[in-house]
Amino acid sequence: MTDNVQSVGLPDERPPANTVGPIAWLRSNLFNSWYNAILTILVLALLVSAIPPFVGWLLVNAHGFDSTSTVCRQDAGGACWGFIGEKLRFIMFGMFPWDEQWRPLLTICVFIALLVASCDRRFWKPWFGLVWAAGLTLVAILMWGGVFGLTYVENTLWGGLPLTIILSVIGLAVAFPVSILLALGRRSDMPAVKVLCVTYIELIRGVPLISLLFMASVMLPLFLPNGVSVDKLLRAQIAFIMFAAAYMAEAIRGGLQAIPKGQYEAADGLGLSYWQKMRKIILPQALAIAIPPLVNTFISFFKDTSLVIIIGLYDLLGTAKAALSDPSWRGFYREAYLFIGVIYWIFCFSMSKYSQKLERDLNRGHRR
Amino acid sequence: MATETRTTQGAPPPGGVSISLSDPTFRAIVYQILVVGAVVLVGWFLISNTLDNLARRSIATGYDFLGREAAFGIGESMIDYSPKDSYGRAFLVGVLNTLKVSVIGILLATIIGTVIGVARLSSNWLIAKLASTYVEIIRNIPPLLQLFFWYALVSDGLPAVRQALNPIPGVFLSQRGLRVPVLEPHPVWANMGIALLVGIVAAWGVSRWARARQARTGQPFPAGWAGLGLIIGLPILTWIAGGAPMALDMPKLAGFNFSGGASISPEFFAILTGLTLYTAAFIAEVVRSGIKAVNWGQTEAARALGLPSGPTLRLVVLPQALRVIVPPLTSQYLNLMKNSSLALAIGYPDLVSIANTTLNQTGQAIEGVTMIMGTYLVISLSISIFMNWYNKRIALVER
Repeated sequence: MTDNVQSVGLPDERPPANTVGPIAWLRSNLFNSWYNAILTILVLALLVSAIPPFVGWLLVNAHGFDSTSTVCRQDAGGACWGFIGEKLRFIMFGMFPWDEQWRPLLTICVFIALLVASCDRRFWKPWFGLVWAAGLTLVAILMWGGVFGLTYVENTLWGGLPLTIILSVIGLAVAFPVSILLALGRRSDMPAVKVLCVTYIELIRGVPLISLLFMASVMLPLFLPNGVSVDKLLRAQIAFIMFAAAYMAEAIRGGLQAIPKGQYEAADGLGLSYWQKMRKIILPQALAIAIPPLVNTFISFFKDTSLVIIIGLYDLLGTAKAALSDPSWRGFYREAYLFIGVIYWIFCFSMSKYSQKLERDLNRGHRR
Repeated sequence: MATETRTTQGAPPPGGVSISLSDPTFRAIVYQILVVGAVVLVGWFLISNTLDNLARRSIATGYDFLGREAAFGIGESMIDYSPKDSYGRAFLVGVLNTLKVSVIGILLATIIGTVIGVARLSSNWLIAKLASTYVEIIRNIPPLLQLFFWYALVSDGLPAVRQALNPIPGVFLSQRGLRVPVLEPHPVWANMGIALLVGIVAAWGVSRWARARQARTGQPFPAGWAGLGLIIGLPILTWIAGGAPMALDMPKLAGFNFSGGASISPEFFAILTGLTLYTAAFIAEVVRSGIKAVNWGQTEAARALGLPSGPTLRLVVLPQALRVIVPPLTSQYLNLMKNSSLALAIGYPDLVSIANTTLNQTGQAIEGVTMIMGTYLVISLSISIFMNWYNKRIALVER
């Protein structure tokens, strides 16, 4: 080829300067029309006026973790991280005995390890349930104590982040099987079962969580036989389970509805019984579809645990609020709420990113 | 409710039963009898316990207490209320307060959410990033924490009444909330309300007439502008005809509080701001996914037909986007309404907070909780019915 054709190739020209590089990016993304240019300038002006004072408050003028409230009150130009420095352990662990606070810390680590491991799809096997059971047993031993030389700690002393995680994770774990039954019941052919499940789900979804917490805290003692009493934490946990079961049932129903009718018919054609059909054919597919909405339910559920403050439990928000009621630290609400806001945010944001990633991964099989 | 979860678990394992009961229809009947029986048994167990407990604590059941004197004050109320009024009236005040914050919150959250949702799709990189930062931050922080923050911002962050901030003459910002001037009462205001109603009806009539004429003759008529002119113009004409009253009732500092003007309490400000901003982040996502769900080819086809960008959005993209948007939007409205119960935590007198005071004073726990639940169920159902009707109206009509 090269022998026959003499090609005098012109050297490749660089693209026009206004289509590459940062200038072009600015032109196409910030100044592509006159109103976008105005908007960009307005937003920039807003950011310039808002960000430096905020950074100044947050870092530059702030007092360190060892500052005292007297110092902070005299020079109130910046954040007072001394509040977090002094109250950190109370906010994180509540009234758990001071010398034993490595136990709730370890509990948090166990939960985070379990949650992170559960995110990996290679672990989605039946044996992983045993890992969870072992982890929860470890948590129970750590929190209650009373064995292996650990001192016994009443659960009225639990608080802070471990309480938030326990309420949401245990609530989810117990509500999950219940919600599967509810979702199956709602799709059932048996009218009585269907009516019961629909009534339960719609009743719970129609009322706010607070009213369920109220019910658990003021009505549950009346429901039980005389002499039987349930402590506050368990009552809140029951309300959460009832609440979560209804919402998760709806997420699972969405998954069940997405399964083509042919799958049911094929299972029937093979002569499988109802439970065999559900366990081996329908649920594995439906649950895979339902996982992203289930994770979203879990996120809102995690945020909703903050409501236990209303019935007098000290979760992460409760301990922060209690720390603020200390007369010497009254008024440092920005620091307190920013600190726990960031903790909640890290949990919820990572879960929502995970749910988005999972949705993409799971959709890959359906797309062609 | 707890009853039912137990019964579903308590249903016998089918493997064992199906051997002897091989007829599916018969089996289904047996299962249902078992389930219903178990629910009735558990229910009977709970009810008998409850009656037993109530008798032991000598608490009378029934709603007679609603007629008794409430003897507690309520910070803000839309109807006349004094501690001498009955529990029933106090509860009504709470319901109205819940409705007030829900309705205003839903309106504001829809507007802010739509703006942010559209902003996330903007071709302007800065605006899109700013909008998505807002959504990602707000969505992932518990609403109760946000409410506490807004409440603390007003009650702790603002000066006392004596040193109230006065950014615009007549407007005061203090720990007691926002105090603004209002127009003094005048008969013309009522007439303007009537004129507004007439204007809305007339605008509806004009749009019907215009649509019928366009269907008949093909001639378009700017019904939107004409309607807007009627809705705004008629009240303004009435106002001018009534002598254009402008007198303002200005708030004045008198002693330790203000007199005159209207006020927005810190509690109302906190619950409204918190709920609106929180729900707006979710509505933004709903709006964004709705708009993205409309195929870009639809816009291109409309442009190819020669439609300008305004009618393209209004006649082609929005009607299709709304079909995707309305169902999740409904559940966001319901969430906002249910989240308004968080008002209890900051002391805004909504229905939960008033029912809570009532059940603490009277000990009528069951009645209080059922009243809370019943009211929320009624409101939820009404919103669902309305939104389902609207959804049906805009749904795709297939042949």
